[in-house]
Amino acid sequence: MKIDIKSENGTAIATLSGEIDHHNAKELRAELDRFIVSAQPRQLAIDFGGITFMDSSGIGLIMGRSKLMKECGGALEVRNPQPYIRRVLKLSGIERIVKIR
Amino acid sequence: MEILNEIKFTMPSLSVNEGAARAVVSSFLIQADPTVEELSDIRTAVSEAVTNAVVHGYRHKKGNIELTVRLLPERVIYIRVKDKGCGIEDVEQAMEPLFTTAPEEERSGLGFSVMQSFMDRLKVKSTPDKGTTVIMRKRLSAHGD
Repeated sequence: MKIDIKSENGTAIATLSGEIDHHNAKELRAELDRFIVSAQPRQLAIDFGGITFMDSSGIGLIMGRSKLMKECGGALEVRNPQPYIRRVLKLSGIERIVKIR
Repeated sequence: MEILNEIKFTMPSLSVNEGAARAVVSSFLIQADPTVEELSDIRTAVSEAVTNAVVHGYRHKKGNIELTVRLLPERVIYIRVKDKGCGIEDVEQAMEPLFTTAPEEERSGLGFSVMQSFMDRLKVKSTPDKGTTVIMRKRLSAHGD
């Protein structure tokens, strides 16, 4: 599991790679939350292009970060999920609360 | 029911074994030559079932999780995930989408919904204080489909 965060024109982009399950979601959650609270970005995009596996733990991860971003006055979006990951996202109905591009 | 091939293994309820379970299932399924989508579906369902055992079944005490994967006739994959943890009081309620007893762990309550959607059949047997057994089946498409 790898995470790389950079900022471009007021939008922070967190690029993830590897697999998201309950085991490694904990570490991702901690790292993303540390960044959100300290940098307070107005917009955070999580790039899922390098994610090769995700179960419903990924949904919990997105929902939790979306809530924190809202509390900090910002918004979250999800970018580049692979087709298989889109199916998990669709099943959860999360596109109603988080923009998916 | 005739069993063409089977693996059965036991692992302690450590969250790191969620990935190990997926890896073992993937290796075993190579012989059945599933499509990429079918393999993803089965891996995800196994991940959900094993995670449930780690997070819920063995919430208060560690224990063992037994995973059985069978290749049955007509390209049917049978998966059984069994724990001897705390069990589920109300299986019907636990299977409702978005129902979770572990919101502090950011569990979305979608585990059973994912298993139901990605597999053909799902059966959950549970007895409080004795444990839970999840049985899932999926029929793979015929070669050349």
